Amino acid sequence: MSRIRDTFNILRGNGKKALIPYIMAGDPSLDATKQYVMDLEAAGADIIELGVPFSDPLADGPTIQRAAERALTNGTTLKKVLGLVREIRQVSDIPLILMTYYNPVFKMGIGPFIKKAVSAGVDGVIIPDLIPDEAEDFIKPARAHGLDTIYLLAPTSTPERISRVVKASTGFIYYVSITGITGSALTIEKPMKDTLNSIKGITAKPVAVGFGISRPEEASAISKLADGVIVGSAIVKLIAQGKSIKNYVKSLRKAIR
Amino acid sequence: MKNKPGKYPDRKGHFGQYGGRFVPETLMPALIELETAYNNYKKDRAFLNELKALQKDFIGRPTPLYFARNLTESLGGARIYLKREDLCHTGAHKINNAIAQSLLARRMGKTRIIAETGAGQHGVATATGAALTGLECEIYMGSEDIRRQSLNVFRMRLLGAKVTEVDVGSKTLKDAINEALRDWTTNVRNTHYVLGTVFGPHPYPLMVRDYQSVIGREARQQILKTEHKLPDCLIACVGGGSNSIGLFHAFLKDNIRMIGVEAGGHGIKSGRHAARFAGGSLGIFQGCKSYLLQDKDGNVLGTHSVSAGLDYASVGPEHCYLRDLKKIEYTYATDTEALKAFEVLSKTEGIIPALESAHAIAEGIKTAPSMPKSSIIIINLSGRGDKDVQEVARIKGTNL
Repeated sequence: MSRIRDTFNILRGNGKKALIPYIMAGDPSLDATKQYVMDLEAAGADIIELGVPFSDPLADGPTIQRAAERALTNGTTLKKVLGLVREIRQVSDIPLILMTYYNPVFKMGIGPFIKKAVSAGVDGVIIPDLIPDEAEDFIKPARAHGLDTIYLLAPTSTPERISRVVKASTGFIYYVSITGITGSALTIEKPMKDTLNSIKGITAKPVAVGFGISRPEEASAISKLADGVIVGSAIVKLIAQGKSIKNYVKSLRKAIR
Repeated sequence: MKNKPGKYPDRKGHFGQYGGRFVPETLMPALIELETAYNNYKKDRAFLNELKALQKDFIGRPTPLYFARNLTESLGGARIYLKREDLCHTGAHKINNAIAQSLLARRMGKTRIIAETGAGQHGVATATGAALTGLECEIYMGSEDIRRQSLNVFRMRLLGAKVTEVDVGSKTLKDAINEALRDWTTNVRNTHYVLGTVFGPHPYPLMVRDYQSVIGREARQQILKTEHKLPDCLIACVGGGSNSIGLFHAFLKDNIRMIGVEAGGHGIKSGRHAARFAGGSLGIFQGCKSYLLQDKDGNVLGTHSVSAGLDYASVGPEHCYLRDLKKIEYTYATDTEALKAFEVLSKTEGIIPALESAHAIAEGIKTAPSMPKSSIIIINLSGRGDKDVQEVARIKGTNL
């Protein structure tokens, strides 16, 4: 059992849903990111996603694009983010997920990346531009080393895509709430409810929903439909403005049941 | 994932180890829908007849294969023929693909098409296709390219397209593609993305190659008719690689020498270039696996070329595969060499080439003199240089 699945199991036992915040590692600095992770945990986060900056983040909206640019300007690399995870592991057991584009991983080498990530204390990875169809070489060693592979589903996903993604995912399934990029405006469309139902019809794996969730009311509505709520751009925006994230994350925690 | 030569790409779009589909899941249904439509219409009489009629009467095909007598005599070697894609409607080969994809989009029931553009040629071609088919059109273009190609921006607007400036990253072609992919991810239900080159996720590298290979089919017939033999060498510039694949593809079984010319910018050592084979390594970028200019951490490097259309960090996956099979060799021409060729062709033949095509001319100038006078080179003159006149004047310090 992975840290991620354990967390969902415990939450399920208590009738609760997971709060999964996302922040960009290295924005504004790796030291700051470490402190933000502590803040997020203290404010009630259950799992944390750490973004790895990439030069061409094609699934991201302007907020996360700019955060990635700042992090890259600071010299943040995949290697340094793994070092940060190792440091965080000295003081916290919170499940950590890396969200990274595929090329930095591919450049490091799939095998070396998986070994380094697991030894640093990473629990799972989300690679938005690596679909299961191309991931055979990644999934096998990830399974062998106990690294969860979290894949995405979207409102456009067909039954064939759903069954393929569900099969390839461990830890949880990431449902993209909107047909769009991160940070877009959220609408709880009917296809979303339908797709969530069809996912739950074929698997007991937890499903978390992300992209476009910012207000506590939205988080609350989503938490009634899914096992977890992912909030990224709204937090990244606060960090960019130099504001505290604690109260905001607490308000999300209160809204999610 | 292994392909036999001639039996590629595989079902998932792999050219050997290259190509594939590396995109957000949201786009997968659209790519599968596109692949199905492309495969169906490939055999559809009505679609093919409509395309053929437009190639003839709208684009102006077949384009001439012109014997460049003055250039040949001044170099004193191989006989040089120019495939005159510069005479296509809108001024470059890009229209071959843009018209075909616009027709396809309309038949798929899409109401809107989008595209990226570097030099502006593909943007103009797509805006033209949209005007012709009555589709809404939005073109993404980096702000650096908008500065270099203001004439084409105005042309796109005249044709009724919305031109959206992309002011992030390097502000060139790659950033325009990111933005077009983001638009497509958001508006995928009513929008078709008219990708302009043999790059990106499957089926684009295959589909765009098929829509461009009319260049080589014509050139092969034309040279056999005029010279009664096949050429000894083919030369074309390589940005994403669509005009070169377009020329080369019909000759692949003929075992003749083929040279792809990348943008050498200020030279490989300067780091300011777009020569992916000379300076890149295997990577995953904007939907496929290919050669990529990247740093040691896998971030994509900035590129430089005097020609906006070649200023791109990666190259079509089929090119990588054909390079491995030793079917095509790749070299580069620097900015200086391309600018010199731009002037040479203008003065010797009365043809002002696009700066992109001037890279191919530069290689022709290097290669032809050492070849026997009986031998034949075909150079793809992929576009005309009207769009580049202002930029060349600026570089030469001439006030217009």
